[in-house]
Amino acid sequence: MNVLINRAIQCFLRDVWGMGVWCDVARAAGLSPRGFEPLLDYPADLTHHLLAAASVRLNRGRDDLLEDLGTYLVSHPSRAAVRRLLRFGGISFHDFLQSLEDLPARARLALPELALPDLRLEHPAADLFRLSIAPGFIGAGPVALGLLRAMADDYGALVLLEPEGMDTDGAAVLTIRLLDATHGEGRAFVLGAL
Amino acid sequence: MTTFPFELCPEALLRLMPMHLALDHDGLILSAGATLNRLMGEGGLVGARFADHFDLRHEAGAATVPGLLATSGARLQLGARGRADLAFRGLAVPMGPGEGALVNLSFGIGVVEAVRRFALTEADFAPTDLTVELLYLYEAKTAVLDELRALNARLQGDKVVAEEQALTDALTGLRNRRGLDLAAEVVADPDFALVHLDLDLFKQVNDEMGHAAGDHVLLVVARILREESRKGDTVARIGGDEFVILMPGLTDPAAALTRVERIIARLSEPIDYADAQARIGASAGVVLSSTADGADMTRLLAQADAALYVAKRAGRGRAFLWGPDMAVE
Repeated sequence: MNVLINRAIQCFLRDVWGMGVWCDVARAAGLSPRGFEPLLDYPADLTHHLLAAASVRLNRGRDDLLEDLGTYLVSHPSRAAVRRLLRFGGISFHDFLQSLEDLPARARLALPELALPDLRLEHPAADLFRLSIAPGFIGAGPVALGLLRAMADDYGALVLLEPEGMDTDGAAVLTIRLLDATHGEGRAFVLGAL
Repeated sequence: MTTFPFELCPEALLRLMPMHLALDHDGLILSAGATLNRLMGEGGLVGARFADHFDLRHEAGAATVPGLLATSGARLQLGARGRADLAFRGLAVPMGPGEGALVNLSFGIGVVEAVRRFALTEADFAPTDLTVELLYLYEAKTAVLDELRALNARLQGDKVVAEEQALTDALTGLRNRRGLDLAAEVVADPDFALVHLDLDLFKQVNDEMGHAAGDHVLLVVARILREESRKGDTVARIGGDEFVILMPGLTDPAAALTRVERIIARLSEPIDYADAQARIGASAGVVLSSTADGADMTRLLAQADAALYVAKRAGRGRAFLWGPDMAVE
């Protein structure tokens, strides 16, 4: 994941907060504002420096930023490819949730170096899902929260998302209550758009 | 062999195979998958004749049920009559003794194009079909390639900048013009000779023996110049076949000319290349900083260049020392 996360943070800061903020954060983290190239590996602790610097610069909690990053990945026009690839997960939000366990394998198909944490989905009640994220990927919980929220919007589903637990090692449990699967219009998705 | 007779209701068949055709023994279409119906348009396929809508590639005249079944379950390649844009792969099996054939079709490799052209959705494929995964992979591949293309463009830009900033000539490893200027700035000894050397007959080598031969000759020239240089000297290639040598510590014109003439003599020896020999030579203009009244590097190079011009005019293989009588641009 390292190959993409730094670049994603860079694009997020640049696209959402502006070039100036990105440059400030990069300098504070000891980086050239030129930033990261996709698909190249960087030292693991760089991500932490980057997030810490962004947190200070924007005066926002790290988890808040990560949640926004998750939303950005799905909803921002510059990340259209990510949103499309996620939408291949199913024709409804319900379907999409059920495909989440396949997400790490799907990611590996796209990019063998892309190691996502293992995901487990339980379905304890008709409208209730519980997503468990395996440890190892710090910040995965908040990112998933933002990403799922944006995906629900994308499908036009009304959901209640809540973190049930988040550990410092990256493990997290999220509950997803599907209140109305067809609450809104959602965004169109056609298979053969490319 | 135990037989295992069972019946499939039409709805089950439709869900299982959205691109199937059930044919009676005469080739009349009894049932057709919804996706196939959508593609072929115009009122649906049921009741029509298979042979009126489909033909078999590579199997002349086999669009009959016996013809289909004679393929014994091998892969079929089918076309749609009058529709050059549609091609299928398929499989035909008998439905029962004397009861016609069940044919299942798919798009094969043309699926990405077909999904786009006919605006197919997930519902057009059976849930077991991996078409959606194939489309996912296609998009993932495209997205990764786009990123890589952008990355390559940035790296290419970096490379151009790096080359501009480099101090060495990429072919010979000698200093380039920038490298020469930098060496001149830091030369500690105020007295030095500056030699501007130009190869004779190099263009002919390039024209007659090819650029690979030309490159080889340049490499040999570079090696000779390195061998002939002394500690503290700087050798630079500043143009296609132009070289400059900075020789610190030289104030004696005769000594400078002796060194340069020795270099020219070595450069005039034939150079082996493949089964042939390249013959070049060199002319040189030399200027001594001690005779130039504190002229700067640019001026000294212009003086050496003026001396080189005179040397070239005097015939090949000559070295001339700059004198005040020589015009300087």
